[in-house]
Order: sequence, then C-alpha cells, then structure tokens
Amino acid sequence: MSGPALLSVENVAVDLPTARGNLRAVDGVDLSLGAGRTLGIVGESGCGKTMLSRAILQLLPKKARLNGRVMFDGHDLARCDAETLRKLRARSLAVVFQDPMTSLNPVLTIGTQLIETLQEHLELDAMQAKKRSVELLAAVGIPAAGQRLTQYPHQLSGGMRQRVAIAIALSCEPKLLIADEPTTALDVTIQAQILDLLAREQRRRHMAMILITHDLGVVAGRTDEVAVMYAGRVVERAPTPALFKNMRMPYTEALLAAVPKLDAAPHTPLPAISGRPPDPTRPIKGCSFSPRCRYAESPCHCDKPQLVNAEAPDHQYACFHPIQIAAGAVA
Amino acid sequence: MMLDSSRFVSTNPLLKVENLVVEYAVGGNTVHAVSDVSLEIARGETLGLVGESGCGKSTLGRAVLQLRPAVSGRVLFDGEELTAMQGKRLRQMRRRVQLIFQDPIASLNPRRRIGDIIAEPLLIAGLKDSKKRHELVCEVLSAVGLDPALVMGRLPHEFSGGQCQRICIARALVLNPEFIICDEPVSSLDVSIRAQILNLLEEMKARFGLTLLFIAHDLAVVKAVSDRVAVMYLGRLCEVGPSEQLFAHPAHPYTALLIEAIPVPDPDVRPAEMVAAGEPPSPIAPPSGCRFRTRCPRADQRCAGEMPELRVVASGQYVACHHPLT
Repeated sequence: MSGPALLSVENVAVDLPTARGNLRAVDGVDLSLGAGRTLGIVGESGCGKTMLSRAILQLLPKKARLNGRVMFDGHDLARCDAETLRKLRARSLAVVFQDPMTSLNPVLTIGTQLIETLQEHLELDAMQAKKRSVELLAAVGIPAAGQRLTQYPHQLSGGMRQRVAIAIALSCEPKLLIADEPTTALDVTIQAQILDLLAREQRRRHMAMILITHDLGVVAGRTDEVAVMYAGRVVERAPTPALFKNMRMPYTEALLAAVPKLDAAPHTPLPAISGRPPDPTRPIKGCSFSPRCRYAESPCHCDKPQLVNAEAPDHQYACFHPIQIAAGAVA
Repeated sequence: MMLDSSRFVSTNPLLKVENLVVEYAVGGNTVHAVSDVSLEIARGETLGLVGESGCGKSTLGRAVLQLRPAVSGRVLFDGEELTAMQGKRLRQMRRRVQLIFQDPIASLNPRRRIGDIIAEPLLIAGLKDSKKRHELVCEVLSAVGLDPALVMGRLPHEFSGGQCQRICIARALVLNPEFIICDEPVSSLDVSIRAQILNLLEEMKARFGLTLLFIAHDLAVVKAVSDRVAVMYLGRLCEVGPSEQLFAHPAHPYTALLIEAIPVPDPDVRPAEMVAAGEPPSPIAPPSGCRFRTRCPRADQRCAGEMPELRVVASGQYVACHHPLT
C-alpha cells in the first residue's frame, strides 16, 4: 500500500446483545485503505461485512458495542462528538445502501432530497443548489435530469433510484464512499451500468471506495484489494490479482468454486460447501470454517488461526493448512 | 461436446404452450406481461427461462399452472388442455405439476409444523391413512437431506433459508409430480447454499424422473441446470436454443448483452463497458416492432416497423431478430 492510509480500522469488534446471548458480529478486524483506492469486502450473509461498514460509519444499532479504533482522515471516529461526525459524514464519508427504495425518503421529491443536502452542507443558495442537482443527476446518467427533480422515488425504476442515491452520496465530493451491496437488488444489465458508473466517478474524483458484495465476480474487475470475511473475521486479504491467482484460504477457494461458471457444461455438479456458517451467538472454538473445510485437521478445531503473511507482499490469510501454490507462482 | 437437441423436439412434449397471451389491468392501463409465447418442454428435459425482472417469466410460469388466466392461447400438459379445465379436473391435473418459489421462508406458513406443511398436499389429494402420510413425509424429507425425526415437529423460523428451500422442495415432491416449475429457487440464497440446492434439484430430477421449467435471472445458474434455454424480454421470447449452443453462439443481441453483463470472477477479464445503455421500457406501452429495439445497438427502421418472428438459425436454435449475430 502506498501513501498514508485514509481509513484504518484497528482491531474492531462489534457485539450485539440478543435474546440468544451475545452476538459477535465483527471479531477483531484490521483494515486500511489509501486515498483513491478500492477495497472489496466479500462474504456471505451474516459474515459481518455490513456491520463492519456500519462500524466505520458509526451507524451501529444503539445496543451494539464497538471495540477497537476507526481512524478516518485523522479523526478517531468512535470518539468524535455528534456534530463532528455529522460534518464528516456530510463532507467526506458517504454511503450507498443496497435498497434505494428504503434509503430514499418516499414522501420527498428527488429534487428536495438533493437540494437539501447541497444547501445544508455546501452552503449554496437555492438556485445554485438546483443547478448543481441537475448536473449531478446528469453525471450519474439520469435522462431528462431537470424533470426528475419534481418526481418521487416510487416514480423511478430500481436502477434510476440507485443512480439518485449515488448522486446524493457524491454530492459533497466525499473522500471515501462505502457501497454496501449497491447492485444486489438490480438486474444484471443494470448492475453492470451502476458498477461502471461507480468506477468512473471514483476515478474522476480520486475517491476511495469500499465495495461490499457477496459476489466474487463483482470485485474481480473493479477493486485494488479484496478482504474475504467469514463469521465476523477477515480470513484472507490480498491485492485483487494475487487473491484470484494464488488464493490460500480454503474458504475463498470453496466460495469461488461454488459459483456456477458460464464455461462449464450444463449439468456439471457444483462443488458445494457442505453445511452452513456457524451461529454467531455460539462461537466455534477453533477456526470458524473448520466444520465445513475439507482440509481441516485436529488443530483447526481447537485453535483459531490468526492472519499471517503469505510469501507475496500484502497478502495475508488465516489458516493452518493453506492451499499450496505451484512453485514459481509467487509474484 | 454438443448436446443432442433433436432429443427434445419430440412429437409428444410433456408441456406445450401455444401463443399464450397474459395481460394485467393496472389503473386503466394494460400490462402486456406475456405476449404470444409458444414453447415446448419434452419429458425429462429442463428448460431454463431467463430474463430481467418484469419480463414476464414468472407470469408465464403461473399461467402454465392456470394460477393466472390467459387472455388467449393454450397450455397443454401431457396432451390435455389445461386452459380449458376447471374445478376438480384442474385440481387433479395440478397434482402432477408443482411449484417452488423464490422466497422459501415466505412460502412456508410460519405457524405450522414442518411435518404438517409437507403432509398437507397428501391430505388435499385424499390420502386419509395417517400412517402412510407419515411414511411418505419421512421419505421425502430424507430425500432432500433432512433428518425427519429432527425436522418434522419444528416450525419454519427454526430453519435457515437453505433448509427452508429444502423443505419447499420436499413439499413439491411429496405428491410425486412429473413436472416442477422452479421460480427463482436459489436467488435469495447465499453462494455456498445456492450450490447445494442446485445440486439437490439435479439429484431429485434424476431420482424422480422430473421435467423442470427453471425460471431465473442469473444466466450462469440457468446454464448449470438446463438442457435448453429460452430468453424473454418484455413479454416476448427472443431466443430459444440448446444451452451450450446458446451460450457459445448467442444469436439475439439481448442474449449477448445478458451474457456480457455477468461479472466474471477473474481480474484479468476487464468488465466490458455496456453497449446497450438504458433500461427496459414499460410493459404498459411496449415499443412497436421488436421490443428490444430501444436498447439494441443493431436496431434500424425495420425493427421499429416489423415484429420479428422466431425462426431457426442453427439446429434447435431459434431467434426473433431481424439482425441476428450468427
């Protein structure tokens, strides 16, 4: 990684009290991200990827307990007062959620929602804010942007709503954009358009981005680094090309193998991962993936593997029996 | 290896849909959900039906089961016309055709025990012998990989999404049907669970000699299980063909677009910038001529004026396009 980190997440843990007992949603995660870089966070539902993003945004549920430190642009976010946080979230830390129907206000027009943000945070007057709103909507590929200002979210398609949500997120030129499953609710052709849009705006604004997804295909072509999460922990982390070429963690391998491939013949049985992720209120003593792992041996069931450095730079994995890579494959 | 597609152009298909039209009335407007769709499914075949949301693929599935009345056209199952049936005859026929839905949790009654949920179809079918019912329920639960002793007395909320989908599959199988319509059966499931359920469906198909209509928006998922694939856009069929052929040589620009849009888990494959911009138009006022023309890079005057009909481009492959790619 080059340059000082814009964001650094240090040993972050999130605990949620539930009726079934304490739920450790995020368990000791360390991450860092430089300005203008893209980090993909990949994992299945319940792996803690959304809670981690909420911890960064300081948008955790009220009952949640956060341990560890989140440093963003020189601020320790967990210790910021409400006003500082509000300013940071407005100007430099933006988010796009999965479902644009619930993240936009259904009873306000698109224009009101955009103009309000711009007036409040950029101190523009009404005319300037309106002009800027139209420019923003046009920049995210919304046709007839001027007319859209008077429309309500329900009058737009899912893809258009997500474009509006992106326009609002980009409106104050953030330094970091967190996109939490931004295309999961969208059709595949629209997904490609939205991912193209995010990539283009990111390059243009030299903005850092965290792209959270369950789809390894989405991160492959569009991120600099990838962190794979399982049961609240980062289990493998590497520059994107290294991760796909020399994955060491059996979970990453199994996750990639379980996706149906377009180049496979019909009726080829898929190498499915048996079982399911552990119950987060009943933590497993050893490696969380060990009950489903085909390489697991007795130490895997007793001790938790920590992230260790692979031979390649910036590549880390948490496994006692990493996948052996072919000789000479190390970059 | 090419699949022998001639195997599926049988003289006696299990399901035959002829010129089916389904429309909805919405606030004084008409939604053209399914427009003049014809297709056949041979016994033992899996036909994948793909398209984006709102293209009418689910409506087509429902119209086959007569859960949606057709405006015109016919649905024939094993030579008998479902569209002409009513009441008891239709109900009896439906025992041979079952349905699996997208959201397994929502399609199970949260207040009923798993054993009762799966036994209900048997009860409706008139099986009064409770011991026999219990036997059949145990059998089908074991078949889908659940332990009957552990599962039968529990409620749906005690299970994960993947397990609920296994329960839904068990419920669909308990009447020993010949034909199952799977409507996005894995799209709400996580990657690792999705593969388990897809494998299970394939296993069940072989074991019980099923014929499947597999509806999904994910082309890779559809390819994994289908012998033939039909692509739908805004209520119309664009292309039908053997899976391998259709994915290797798509003839319709829309099929090509769908294939191109799938994110490939390989960092060396740079995502292609989308050629066809824009979004599907409203099915209330579909474009004249070819419905895909507003997003199609190959569209010209003819596409606006003249509706393309399905025609053969290769063995078993049909396309509705004036300017096909092959």
